[in-house]
Amino acid sequence: MLILTCPCCGVTAEETEFHGGGEAHLTRHGPDSDDDQFHDYLFMRENPRGVHFERWRHVYGCGKWFHAARDTVTLEVFGTYPAQTTEPPQHIREAISARRPGWSWRGLS
Amino acid sequence: MKRYSAFAIAREAMRHHEGWERAWASPEPKRKYDVIIIGAGGHGLATAYYLGKNFGITNVAILEKGWLGGGNTGRNTTIIRSNYLQDPSAAIFEKSRSLYETMSQDLNMNVMFSPRGVMMLAQTEHEVRGWKRTAHANALQGVTTEFISPRRVKELCPIMNIDGPRYPVLGALWQPRGGTARHDAVAWGYARACSAMGMHVIQKCEVTGIRSEGGKVRGVTTSRGDIDCDKLGIVVAGNSGHVANMAGFRLPLESVALQALVSEPIKPCMDVVVMANTVHGYMSQSDKGEMVIGGGTDGYNNYTQRGAFHHIEETVRALVETFPMISRLKMLRQWGGIVDVTGDRSPILSKTPLENCFINAGWGTGGFKAIPGSGWGFAELMARGHSTLCDGFELDRFREGRFVDESVAAGVAH
Ligand SMILES: Cc1cc2nc3c(=O)[nH]c(=O)nc-3n(C[C@H](O)[C@H](O)[C@H](O)COP(=O)(O)OP(=O)(O)OC[C@H]3O[C@@H](n4cnc5c(N)ncnc54)[C@H](O)[C@@H]3O)c2cc1C
Ligand SMILES: [Zn+2]
Repeated sequence: MLILTCPCCGVTAEETEFHGGGEAHLTRHGPDSDDDQFHDYLFMRENPRGVHFERWRHVYGCGKWFHAARDTVTLEVFGTYPAQTTEPPQHIREAISARRPGWSWRGLS
Repeated sequence: MKRYSAFAIAREAMRHHEGWERAWASPEPKRKYDVIIIGAGGHGLATAYYLGKNFGITNVAILEKGWLGGGNTGRNTTIIRSNYLQDPSAAIFEKSRSLYETMSQDLNMNVMFSPRGVMMLAQTEHEVRGWKRTAHANALQGVTTEFISPRRVKELCPIMNIDGPRYPVLGALWQPRGGTARHDAVAWGYARACSAMGMHVIQKCEVTGIRSEGGKVRGVTTSRGDIDCDKLGIVVAGNSGHVANMAGFRLPLESVALQALVSEPIKPCMDVVVMANTVHGYMSQSDKGEMVIGGGTDGYNNYTQRGAFHHIEETVRALVETFPMISRLKMLRQWGGIVDVTGDRSPILSKTPLENCFINAGWGTGGFKAIPGSGWGFAELMARGHSTLCDGFELDRFREGRFVDESVAAGVAH
């Protein structure tokens, strides 16, 4: 069972208070995009064995969306951060690097 | 291979059961094989078996990182049915169901196939319409199913409460020739038959890399050294995305946990399989008397082979409403498997961007029933380059919008 802290209202609770919303930081392609871009946006997910960035919603709390960095093999939560960003912020990346030396994602580490 | 039979039991009993031979050999890997299959679950083993039986290809190795059948094949609730909605699904699942009918004789291993009937409850008006539609589709596909009344449901399964307050039973989609089988025996039976054909089933051999040359597969790197091959089949269920990465391509699927549990054994009380998709729960009784229970998947990416407790609570809560008599049952064991789920809830049986490398994945929550049919079709695809059973399940269907949409027809895991 996961324990997450909602960065919007500050509440720390176990996972039944939240709802997972899938992979974070997808590029949402719109009209004028080509087939490959739509394909990737709609169906391709990183599905990593390891560090994963994902969307969560504090459904039984403040109702807001936020992001979490989590390991899919150990279920360790590295941290949560607001959804208004296109990439994990510095302090989250540092928290991951401290636990997973050499880790990188889309050229960031 | 010495055949199993009633006579063999008597003969071995006379010599204190010391004469049984090992069911399969454990050879050292060779440097090269014609075909390598990654993953000794049901689908990988069945693929190897039909490569040998139907196409005479026996220079084959099946590489398994753990023990054979230790993945989802040994973790599922063994429901076998073929009452799907779309034509490509009906074709491969019905082929599979029919192969289960003769599997024990074919493999000379008792897989305990029990066509006791599978009932999928309709508990909302939408489900009534949905299952009627499926019954009509099945009639056209030549799959025997029928939509039955609540009274008939009660006759077939007297322990069910059909007028529960929240989700009364409004009918059911009934497939009389669906049922269950013993999952371990399916894996063991195929492994034994493959070994008897001279194939190498190699356990504790993890594939850590895939080698290619000029866009063609050359072989694999494993925890027991490099092994070459002409053709490669990736059949690793929950680890499909991970292994596909080694081959340099991505897959449109995600890995999540699916859990199941069994109760203490009780006297026979239910001789059909019941699935309740609206409330996310299903149940059957094993030959030992345990109630075998499963539900929906956990909600996030996961590779741990265990899930969260509250999902079990949800499943059990729903089932207690439909089967009040189980409210006092003690549960004995609970476990999870990692299932690979695609966007349209249908599998991928396909060539890949890497030449001579094939993928069999995406069976998600419901691929035990498909083991023989998938092996049959995938072996043909690997041997001949095309199989009508695999038509429709190509990797590029997502890009082209040709879905085999079963997510509406089967919203729950099974
Ligand atoms: C709880 C639960 C209940 C289910 N209930 C049903 C049901 O009632 N009916 C139904 O039809 N289906 C059901 N399913 C689904 C079904 O179990 C699967 O679809 C099916 O077993 C998949 O078989 P497989 O051979 O593809 O995968 P697996 O049996 O998982 O085999 C894949 C194998 O690949 C190996 N592997 C992975 N990576 C590597 C590597 N790098 N190198 C070497 N080997 C590797 C794994 O160790 C594993 O043994 C259920 C699943 C679960 C988890
Ligand atoms: Zn909140």
